[in-house]
Amino acid sequence: MTYFVIIITAVFVNNIVLMQFLGICPFLGVSKKISTAAGMTGAVAFVMVIATIVTYLIQKSVLDVFEIGFLQTITFILIIASLVQLVEIILKKVSPALFQALGVFLPLITTNCAILGVAIMTIQKDYNLLEGVVFAIASAVGFGLALILFAGLREHLDLMNVPKGMKGVPIAFVVAGILAMAFLGFSGLV
Amino acid sequence: MSQLTNFTKGLLKENPVFVLLLGLCPTLGVTTTAFNGLGMGLATTFVLVMSNMVVSLVKSGIPDKVRIPAFIVIIASFVTVVELTMQAYLPSLFESLGLFIPLIVVNCVVLGRAEAFASKNNVGSSIIDGLGMGIGFSLALTLLGAIREFLGTGEVFGLQIFDSSYGMIVFILNPGAFIVLGYLILVVNRLNKA
Repeated sequence: MTYFVIIITAVFVNNIVLMQFLGICPFLGVSKKISTAAGMTGAVAFVMVIATIVTYLIQKSVLDVFEIGFLQTITFILIIASLVQLVEIILKKVSPALFQALGVFLPLITTNCAILGVAIMTIQKDYNLLEGVVFAIASAVGFGLALILFAGLREHLDLMNVPKGMKGVPIAFVVAGILAMAFLGFSGLV
Repeated sequence: MSQLTNFTKGLLKENPVFVLLLGLCPTLGVTTTAFNGLGMGLATTFVLVMSNMVVSLVKSGIPDKVRIPAFIVIIASFVTVVELTMQAYLPSLFESLGLFIPLIVVNCVVLGRAEAFASKNNVGSSIIDGLGMGIGFSLALTLLGAIREFLGTGEVFGLQIFDSSYGMIVFILNPGAFIVLGYLILVVNRLNKA
């Protein structure tokens, strides 16, 4: 039951992009086409789950044991940065097809605050490892949901007659605002 | 480029938020009030200036291949300084900014300036660049926070301007952040064109 609550909360109620404002840069940057949005989602989900597991283990087995919790920020960002490199190298060797699909997005992920945010939140919310993994997967699904919905809206927006000054980024933000309004409807669900 | 234009470019022409569209997560996430926006802006300015300074001091000693991780470590150290200082002296601000303080590490403005400016220029201009960009960032956050606070609760910096029962609560909530920022970008684009 708790897992179900974690999933619903992370995907809909506290959607990581629209409700927590994490990962806004890729949300705007790669949402022009549904296919690129899907690729980015895959890369984020992949790294997010691995990063959450590794940072959780480091937190419990190193930072907590030696009581050096103040090094959390530095440690986590280094782990994520090196993980992204590692994933890139391994993917290139093991699965060139997957690398083709996700490759261009991987370097961007280091500075995606959703990854670091989920890793820190897993520690702050005092989840155990399994709950952390479920939370990471659900957050990635929420990220993908918001990104793909938004990409679909933007594809349609290209065909619309938007006032000149509003073209591009301003109208995208207003549309994101309306999408966030729709997600507000989920609040109070859990 | 003179030092003055180096400083002022961050304010409007190359404003990190409105024009470069960097660092949007804290921009949207913490600007429920003008005060929170200002606090976040100043914290980021400190990290920007210090990391720009250190990066430009040590740039010749860092091998090209590991420069990004090296920059990240420098930035993360200053973020930790800010985090601990704020927790000690401004606990209420620390509480309301929450997760977004450690996330200054992944704020693209900071890494972007380290990579694009500080790693190529001397210490003096790097500090000025960091200061200009930081103030531009703070201005953007404070403006966005003030507008949202004003429309949502009728207050600016806690000063009551109209009765809060006329406030439109949606501007304090998440959708308001997106919508106000969208219109602000429209205005800034127009100003930059003129």
